[in-house]
Formats: sequence, structure tokens, C-alpha cells
Amino acid sequence: MTTTPLTPPSVPLGLPTLRSGTHGVPALPEGVRLGKKDFTSDSEVRWCPGCGDYAVLAAVQGFLPELGLRKENVVFISGIGCSSRFPYYLDTYGMHSIHGRAPAIATGLVATRPDLSVFVVTGDGDALSIGGNHLIHAMRRNVNVTILLFNNRIYGLTKGQYSPTSEVGKVTKSTPSGSLDAPFNPVSLALGAEASFVARTLDSDRKHLTSVLRAAAEHRGTSLVEIYQNCPIFNDGAFDVLKDRDESVARLVKLEHGQEVVFGAEGSQKAVVRSASGFGVEVIGLDEARASGREVIVHDAETADPSLAFALSRLDEPTMAHVPVGVFRAHNRPTYDDEVRTQLDAAREASGRSRQWRATDADLEALLRGSDTWSVE
Amino acid sequence: MHVTTGIHPQAASAPTTKQVEVLDRVVIRFAGDSGDGMQLTGDRFTAETASMGNDLATLPNFPAEIRAPAGTLPGVSSFQLHFADHDVTTPGDAPDVLVAMNPAALRANVHDVRPGGTLIIDTDDFTTRNLAKVGYATSPLEDGSLEGYRVHALPMQSMTVEALKDLGLSRKDAERSKNMFALGLLSWLYERPTEQTEKFLRAKFGKRAAVLEANLRAFRAGWAFGETTEAFPVRFTVPPAPAEKGLYRNITGNTALAYGLVAAAHRAGLPLALGSYPITPASDILHVLSGLKRLGVTTLQAEDEIAAVGMALGASFGGALGVTTTSGPGLALKSETIGLAVALELPLVIVDVQRGGPSTGLPTKTEQSDLLQAMYGRNGESPVPVVAPSTPADCFDAAVDAVRIAVEYRTPVLLLSDGYLANGSEPWKVPTAHDVHAVDPDFATDPNSTAADGVTPQFRPFLRDPDTLARPWAVPGTAGLEHRVGGLEKADVTGEISYDPANHDRMVRLRRAKVKGIEVPDIVVDTGDDSDAHHAHAGAHHEASDLLVLGWGSTRGPITAAVREARRRGLRVAQAHLRHLNPLPANLGEVLLAHEHVLVPEMNLGQLALLLRGRYLVDVISCNQVRGLPFTSTEIVEAIEDVVAGRVRETPRRDAR
Repeated sequence: MTTTPLTPPSVPLGLPTLRSGTHGVPALPEGVRLGKKDFTSDSEVRWCPGCGDYAVLAAVQGFLPELGLRKENVVFISGIGCSSRFPYYLDTYGMHSIHGRAPAIATGLVATRPDLSVFVVTGDGDALSIGGNHLIHAMRRNVNVTILLFNNRIYGLTKGQYSPTSEVGKVTKSTPSGSLDAPFNPVSLALGAEASFVARTLDSDRKHLTSVLRAAAEHRGTSLVEIYQNCPIFNDGAFDVLKDRDESVARLVKLEHGQEVVFGAEGSQKAVVRSASGFGVEVIGLDEARASGREVIVHDAETADPSLAFALSRLDEPTMAHVPVGVFRAHNRPTYDDEVRTQLDAAREASGRSRQWRATDADLEALLRGSDTWSVE
Repeated sequence: MHVTTGIHPQAASAPTTKQVEVLDRVVIRFAGDSGDGMQLTGDRFTAETASMGNDLATLPNFPAEIRAPAGTLPGVSSFQLHFADHDVTTPGDAPDVLVAMNPAALRANVHDVRPGGTLIIDTDDFTTRNLAKVGYATSPLEDGSLEGYRVHALPMQSMTVEALKDLGLSRKDAERSKNMFALGLLSWLYERPTEQTEKFLRAKFGKRAAVLEANLRAFRAGWAFGETTEAFPVRFTVPPAPAEKGLYRNITGNTALAYGLVAAAHRAGLPLALGSYPITPASDILHVLSGLKRLGVTTLQAEDEIAAVGMALGASFGGALGVTTTSGPGLALKSETIGLAVALELPLVIVDVQRGGPSTGLPTKTEQSDLLQAMYGRNGESPVPVVAPSTPADCFDAAVDAVRIAVEYRTPVLLLSDGYLANGSEPWKVPTAHDVHAVDPDFATDPNSTAADGVTPQFRPFLRDPDTLARPWAVPGTAGLEHRVGGLEKADVTGEISYDPANHDRMVRLRRAKVKGIEVPDIVVDTGDDSDAHHAHAGAHHEASDLLVLGWGSTRGPITAAVREARRRGLRVAQAHLRHLNPLPANLGEVLLAHEHVLVPEMNLGQLALLLRGRYLVDVISCNQVRGLPFTSTEIVEAIEDVVAGRVRETPRRDAR
């Protein structure tokens, strides 16, 4: 088995080359390249016209070949919801499971199969409502899976109820007087749950989406990618301000590792600095920052301490005046599945066997006998 | 028969001046506070007894509270052991001997002791306050209320403290070894070998020299007390029971079940992956398996019951043998994922160690009330094979059987153990690897069909084996067989999503037919006519017994004991026991109809009876109890006598054919 060479992302995310998330997954033979078509299944895609999922599917089918993996070693596992139909459309191994449980199923798979590159496809309802528990535990364990969280801030498949990322006051079929509960910020949640890779991107920015996805797939450990995705039927235009050419420049805070966090159009650029009071960050004019000598935050996605990434995630607010996107955190720490296998290896070695040892009949019989036996003759 | 133990017990070989009386069977119950170490004492006495070659059965019985207030009735923990020079099937209805470490233990247990039985009582805690705590107005040691028993009132705690006095332990620490004093005394009284217990103590406390010394000394002091005191003029011995030639060990149901999973996975050539969330009384299976990493066993302690079964299913999807272990409340949480496994048609073993319900119920007590949940506790038509072990050692074979069915038929299988089997133990003839059924996972490696052009190879994930109706198991990493599975209804053969009405009807029936078609052995009826059990077909020409006692799961022991007793009383009673609850054995209908009456004892309110009535239109008679304890054989004997005497009225019988 060879390690897949890391292809540099097309959008500079400023990430270092770490031990790859696909380490141990067999690569294609030298000279063999797959294309988008190879990853496209025969199944007819059945999302609504204009759904943001199409763009994400196209991006995924486009970047998968770049990983250089054998497609039989790629697995997509999803839960329930519109986005969870995703695995049917990829010609890899796949499982469309049950509501919210994909991270648990994926955990069992990667813990026993180091030779697979495993993706979880989920939505805001699937991941953050019914499956919240599995999501946070996958992240705290740092299971080597890439989680694509399609966030359209609405329940699509059940026809338009508010979701755990809907803004307060959302009027839907189930909340005619407006929703009452405060939404999750998925990035903050993931950082709080110890996720080792956390990113956000948009369905409409193919280049950024592809770069983030590739970085996520190549990260070893749980990668959570929140993808803002438009539901044209039940929550159309939720992210329009981030898609408009002019508006997006003023609002999108593109995080790049090692770079100052600045954004906005030439002439009215803004900077993210440590807040004057408290522990967070705030946005001020870049000129003001320079003039006052306030240090502009330099994004460090790799640092072990997630506090700064968390502070950046708190820049979100309901009007989407400034929305950080990109990789918030890409910190290398041991993965659960690698450690599970390490313990098995260590136990074999401790019993005087090699790591590759597989139990024999004699090993089994020794177990069954135990230490307190007697013979009847 | 000759028994070699490989042990030269110091106790048994030490010169004794006491008379030795030979008994054919003894039932002993150890009882004390939850913190008194009664389970450990019972375990050790059992191990000593097993190594003597006695047949035995045990019944640990403890509260759900880890440490209930000291000296109270809710805090009493007990361990009962029945050992004999012959085949033993139950832990015994009534103890011959009760070891009671305090007033609460006496009060909670003395009414179970057979009249004339022996009470060995630690008197140190018999203070006015402690007596009052459990509702004794006067001391039973003095008020004559124990007159019907042989009472040995001994200050065991004080004697333990005295034996340890130069070790520099606090009185409290020294008192903690009183259970070993009791064990030493009982080991002396019943001529049990002591070497294994000393070895055990060395292994357990080896790193804590003072604790080890205290336990060893207390143990030896108890033994020496028996030998020297005038209080016990007679020692007892129970000769070994006849047994098949071979190597034996004692084993609990949970350990046997864990080993069965490991052995079956090994023989299938599959890595074993357990996803589990701790729950009483199933947790010991997780504990045992988590210690077997050297054998390649992966254990994942999940965040909840749902994740646990999800992890197991994920592992199965990847080509491992996925297993999850739980009890009733956990099974309820897992039901949606089990339904997914039914739809995916992947191997999965779900172990339910049943306990008293509903809800949290009686966490540490046994019951058989999850049968209907196992059969039907899922949405949709969702057939799942159900296998139930009948004795602690049988948990091994039942687990092997469950794995065989899961792998061969690509289906989730429910293995229904219970709290009594889980913690109870019995001697087990240790099998060799080749005694364990080998099953071939038969992974798909090549396309199994061609495309419409008749040439291009194609993989059809739901093209079934015509014999078993099992679908191919193609695991990720197999080139050319990439496919998607899921919980949405799939088109027959191709596995594409399908909402076609006729296809759904067909798939529902196919899944049922697959489970119905699982090969399970015919049920064997023991007619008691001779020493051999009769196969139903072979027995057709026999004059049928009037009454069949039919059970499933852990009621086998008490039913067997009861049927033997009924026969001793001259009644014609046949016995049969179900291992497979789904599918039921093919000859079961015939067997039911061959008997005038069918009595079904269950530790629930008639769940198997409901299934039998629904399936065979046979008017079975239920015998039920849900006290959290196994049946006593007496209860079942009484039920048998009632049926024979016509005291249970049935509705008019119909022809089920």
C-alpha cells in the first residue's frame, strides 16, 4: 500500500501537509487515473431542480478522482434527509442508513477497515437534531471520517419545518407563529466537541468547495465540513447575500492558515482583531487597525488550542454581516480507529506474537480452557 | 470414572480427626451485605467444588444498588450453589445450608432454608440496633424462632480480627476478610480443595501484600477453626458426579456466550467487532471480549445503545462479524437499526441478556419477557431469527448457532439470554476448535450477472442464493462490485430504490421466506420411556404422553428437575425445549398435537404461549411467574399435577391441522 500524494488545493488554504487521511487506503496503480464519470452511478438523481445538492455532488464527483484512490475503497454513508440520498449517485460503496446514525455506522466501519476512505453525508436535521449525540461523539473520538454537513437551515424531506440551524422566529408549517429555539452554530459546536478538522464552505463556490473538501478528505481524523446549501423549495435564498458577487466580498471572511484575517472590497477592507474587552474577536476597519496598531489576527488552524478558531466561529450573526468560511481548525491528533488498531497490535505483541499474528485454533483452545480445569478420565 | 484434579488440596490431605459423612447433594446459600464479598465467596466455593468433579448449578442474586445502606434488607446479596454426585439442573429450590453474615442476611433468607437445614451465622453484627434495622424485635438467636434449624452461631468477624491482629490493620480493614474466614470454614466443612483459592488470592491481591496476607490468613483461620472446634463434629463430602470423559471447567453464561462468539467468528475466519453500551446484566460480555484483543477482537464502547448497534452494523458492512450486546431497554433503542439490518440483509448478532421489565424494571434480576420484543419489536414486516440458550454452558453453543445463521443467511439474529444464565455457572466440557461449527462467509468477489447486453459483467446485490435466499455479501474494497444499500425498499435482484407495489410485496415475502427457511433442527421430545430421548418422528408410534412440558431458554433446568420429580411420582410427562424461537422447528406443530395437554412454563405472562396459540391454534396452558428469580422445580411440579388432575380448564381443543 502506498500513501496517496497530496495534491495542492486549488484555493490556497495555507494548510500544512500532515499524515494523510487516506493513508493506508490503496492507491490506483501508477498511470491509472479515474475521472468524474467513474464516480458517477447509474442512478437517476432525484433532487428538486435548483437544489444546492447538485453542485455539491458535482464537486465531490470532481474531486474524488484527484485523491488517486481506488474507488472500491471509497465509502459514502448517509443518514436520512434530502442530502442523504447522496451515496446512491456515486459509483462507490455506499449505505443510506437511518436518521442520524451515519456517524456511528461509519465508526464501526473505519475501526475495522483501515483501507477505506469513508465519508459521511448528512444534513442539519440529520446531524444536529436526531443524530446530535453520534455527531459529537464521532468528533471527540476523532474517528477518521469526513463528514459533509449540508446546512440548508430547513427540513426539506418532511416538507418545510424549521431545523436546529433555522434562525429564531422562523415561520414554517410547524411554527406558524415563528420558531422559538435558538439555533446551533455547527462550527462552534464541532469545535466544542473537539473536532480536529472544522471547515465551512458554500455550495455555490465550486473552487472553494472543492479545496475545502479535498483538505478535509486528506485530514486524518474527523473532518466536519459545513456546507451552506440552498433549498429552493422550502428556504430559497437563505444564503443569497453570500452568493451575490458584491455582497459576498463584503461579508465572506475567507480564512487561510498563516494569513491575516482580513476581508472586504478594496478600499473598505475590514480586519478581525482581538476584542477590546472579553476573550473574543471583533471586526474593525483595516485602516483603523493599522492606524491604531491593533494586531490583526493571523489565522492558525493548526494550533492545539481551539479557542481562537472558536472565537472566529462566533463572528456569525443572524444578518450574516460577516461569515467566516474556510478551514477553522486542522489539528493533528491521534485518531480513534488508529488507536483501536494499535491496541490490538500491542496486545498481540504483549502475548509474544507479531502484529500480523492471527489467532490459531490453539490460541482459541487456550482461551476456552482458561486456568481452572479438571479432567474426567 | 476417575477424577484427577491436578490439585493436591492441603485441606483434603491434612489429617482430620473428624468423622466424614457422604452426601449425594448439597444446596448452600451465602448471604451478606452487598459489600461483604458474598459473590466472590460463592464464586470461589463454586470453583473449588467444580474442581472436585461435582456437577453444579449456581444462582447469584444481588441488588441493583452497588452499596445499599449497610445491614438493611435491600442491601442483602446472596449466592446459591447446588452441587451433587449426579446430574444437577437447578441451583436448588431450598438451601440445606445458609451462611448469614448479618441479621439482614438471615432475615431475608432464612424462610427459604429447608426445615431442619443448617444455619451458619456470624453473630458479631447481632446488636440491638442492627436487629431493629431489619425488624427483629428480639434476637432470633435467643428467642427460639430458629428452633427448626441446626444453628451454628459464631463470631466470625471477631475471629477474623483476632487471626489478623498482628498485621497492623485497622479493625475495619481486618473485618473485610471475614468472607474468607467463612469460605475457609465451609471449605473445611465440605472437604473442598483450597489450593486454587489460595492461588486465586495471590493473583488477585499479589500487588498488595497486606491485603493478600489478611485474606490468606482469614481463609486458613476459617479452615482451622472447623478442624479444631467442637461445634462441627462431622465433615461432609459429596463424591464427583459421573461425567463424560474430557476436560472440564466451570463457566458462567456471559463468559460462555462471549467465548461462543469468539469461537464462531474464528471458525468463520471473520474478525469479531463488538459495539456495546454497558448495561446490566450484559456488561460482562463486553468486559470479557475487551480483554481478548490479542485474538483480534475489537470492542467499541459506544455513546449509547443506538450507536453500539450502528457500530456493529458498520463493521458487518465492512466484512467483520458485527455483534452488539444489551438488555431489554437497550434492545428497545436498537430496534430501528435492527430493522435497517433486516433491510440491508447483512450479518449481525444482537445479544439481549433479558432482565425484569418494563422500563428499568429489575436490572439485576432475571426474566424472559423480551421474547415478543425480539420477535416483533420493529416497524414493518421485519423478521429476525431468534435463538435462546438454555443453560449457562449452552450460551456457548447458542452463540455459535446465532453466528452460523447470521453469516449464512445474511441476517440480524437475536440471541436471547437472561440474567439467570448470564451470572449462573455450571461445569462445561471444553470443546476443541473443531467442535465449533465452521461457517463460510462466502464473500462475493466477482460479478454475479450480466447487463442487458448479455455480455458486460454486472453485480446484482440482491440476487439471492436459491437455497438459502441469502444475498451476496460484497464488502468495500472489492473491485467491480461497488453498490449501494439502504433502508429504502429495493428492487428485487438489482437493489435499486423501488416504490413499486408488487416489488415491495415480493420483497417483504422474500425476507420472511428467507427467515422461515433457516435450517433449524427438529425439536426432540424426551418421553421418559427410556433413557434415550425420542425424536418426534421416531416417537410417533409410541403411545404419547398425556402431557408435554414445553419451555424455552433458561427454564430448562427447573423444567427438567420438575419433570423428573413428576415421573418419580408416577406421572407420564414428556418434555421438550425450544432453542429456536424463530423459525420454530418444522416438527413443532406435530409435537404439540401429539399431546393431550401442553404446559408452557415461562418467566413472563405467556409470550411463547401466545406465539404457539397464534401459529398452531393449540390451547397451551401457561405457567408463569415474574419474580425475578428462576422457577423452583416445585412450582412446575405443582403446575404439572394441576394439569394432570384436571384442575386447569382448557377451552375446547381444535384440530390445528
